[in-house]
Amino acid sequence: MNARSEFIDYGPEAIILAGLTGRNWRLADYVARGGYEALKKILTEKTPPQAIIAELKKSALRGRGGAGFPTGLKWSFVPQQYSGDKYLVCNSDEGEPGTFKDRDILRYNPHVLIEGMAIAAYAMGCRRGYNYIHGEIWDTYERCEEALEEAYQARYLCDNILGSGFSFHLYNQHGFGAYICGEETALLESLEGKKGLPRYKPPFPASYGLYGKPTTINNTETFAAVPWIINRGGEAFLNLGRPNNGGTKIFSVSGDVERPGNAKLLEMAGGMRAGRKLKACIPGGSSMPVLPGEAMMQTDMDYDSIAKAGSMLGSGGVIVMDETRCMVRSLLRVSYFYFEESCGQCTPCREGTGWLWRVLNRIEHGEGRNGDLELLTSVSDNIAGRTICALGDAAALPVKSFIKHFRDEFQYHIDHKRCLVPDYV
Amino acid sequence: MLSPDSLKRIDREIAKYPAGRAQSAVIAALAIAQDEKGWLSTETIDFVASYLSLPSILVYEVATFYEMYNMRPVGNKITICTNLPCALHGAAQAAVHLKQSLGIDFDETTADGSFTLKQGECFGACGDAPVLLVDNKRLCSWMSNDKIDELIAELRAKAN
Repeated sequence: MNARSEFIDYGPEAIILAGLTGRNWRLADYVARGGYEALKKILTEKTPPQAIIAELKKSALRGRGGAGFPTGLKWSFVPQQYSGDKYLVCNSDEGEPGTFKDRDILRYNPHVLIEGMAIAAYAMGCRRGYNYIHGEIWDTYERCEEALEEAYQARYLCDNILGSGFSFHLYNQHGFGAYICGEETALLESLEGKKGLPRYKPPFPASYGLYGKPTTINNTETFAAVPWIINRGGEAFLNLGRPNNGGTKIFSVSGDVERPGNAKLLEMAGGMRAGRKLKACIPGGSSMPVLPGEAMMQTDMDYDSIAKAGSMLGSGGVIVMDETRCMVRSLLRVSYFYFEESCGQCTPCREGTGWLWRVLNRIEHGEGRNGDLELLTSVSDNIAGRTICALGDAAALPVKSFIKHFRDEFQYHIDHKRCLVPDYV
Repeated sequence: MLSPDSLKRIDREIAKYPAGRAQSAVIAALAIAQDEKGWLSTETIDFVASYLSLPSILVYEVATFYEMYNMRPVGNKITICTNLPCALHGAAQAAVHLKQSLGIDFDETTADGSFTLKQGECFGACGDAPVLLVDNKRLCSWMSNDKIDELIAELRAKAN
């Protein structure tokens, strides 16, 4: 294992993470980088909220949490005329295995998120917002608390911000160990102080969200892109990416690479570890279908190209597996995760995730039976699409795709009671 | 039942929410109570419930739903992420080393009560693998066997 320093350089094409050193996260540093200019601009020019939403639509920014939903469209769903409380929520509950980009935004550039949320609040008429932070990254939560304190003192968050008449108050809440709270309606339940059980939809949060009020929820990286779009324009952002896939996207590269980190390409992660060959790759966090190495190397890394290759960009968590890896054991750990994290509300997911794990466990331990692969496929098919939230699909997709692409290896385990590739711990 | 300092911290959390929404502070309040007490006994949960004017059962539900609450006394709690990205990058070996060094398996506490070992789900810090958490709040990154040994020695020294 290589020695690692705390901070990695994000390269010249970074937007959200540009100019960072790992130490310059404070308000004064952010302002010196041109921070809070976008917020000042819309407040002094009294930009109509509709114009901001139009700019977001033009930018083709798509939700960075995993679903890839167009952000401008989502913002337009919030009823502008509604006179009661409206809420803005940031989903920083990053816990999708293979994904670790929001943590870097939060700890290295927290003010870009605060500014992005303040602009979003202005565009949608929200006076109060919450940033829900994954419970396991406590020092990052504490830094975000400090950053908020700075923003309040500088009066970028307050009543009547910069004399504009616009008021916005933002608070951090930490989770305490529940993957499901990254599901937006489970997150709302958690913000209300309850178990994180996803809600039936409809009604969607835009009409019935936090405390039953209209609420917009976006991912950290999504909000963090907003100041750049306001400063440089939606078109400039769109031109950085591909048609219908505006801007840049942070990828988290993990697994069998020399230097796991947030990079745009495999090369930036130091290439394959020990020069081995790429066997398989999950391109968008562990909930997404796995792709064989060859297919992966031929695809472009945008939402539409990866969809064409048979997977999804998801959260941009690229999990790299080399030729020494056993696909049965790899899938077993992924399946345990969904079994452990199922909230237990829907029967197909509560029972099915455990069933998947138990069958995989017996295959891995040389007790697989003929028919097990059909059984796994059947259980997966009976979970997917039959649950309140997407965790059920997330448990089923990896199983189906691993078996689809590496069926021989699974069958070998069942037939020979042992692994096709040399063992690793 | 909780110290004035803990109550002050809980009050600060309650103030983050609109009037009448103190229930929203329950996750933080339980974490603060656990900071002080080390774990959440029924008495502690009842106290948090009465402080927030909530039925005990609502608070108990939260305490048992979220993974990081200790529902039993624990030692220095070491939680290691063994999810796929971390497992591929040294966490599987690190977990074996931890088990051997402490002489316990996951979800066990050493006979002297000084260490508890847990298998964690994703921390959102896969780039730091092998990565572990000490008592929920201290994230330790790139934990080679040597660094694990140092950490255990440090925690032992502190306990003595």
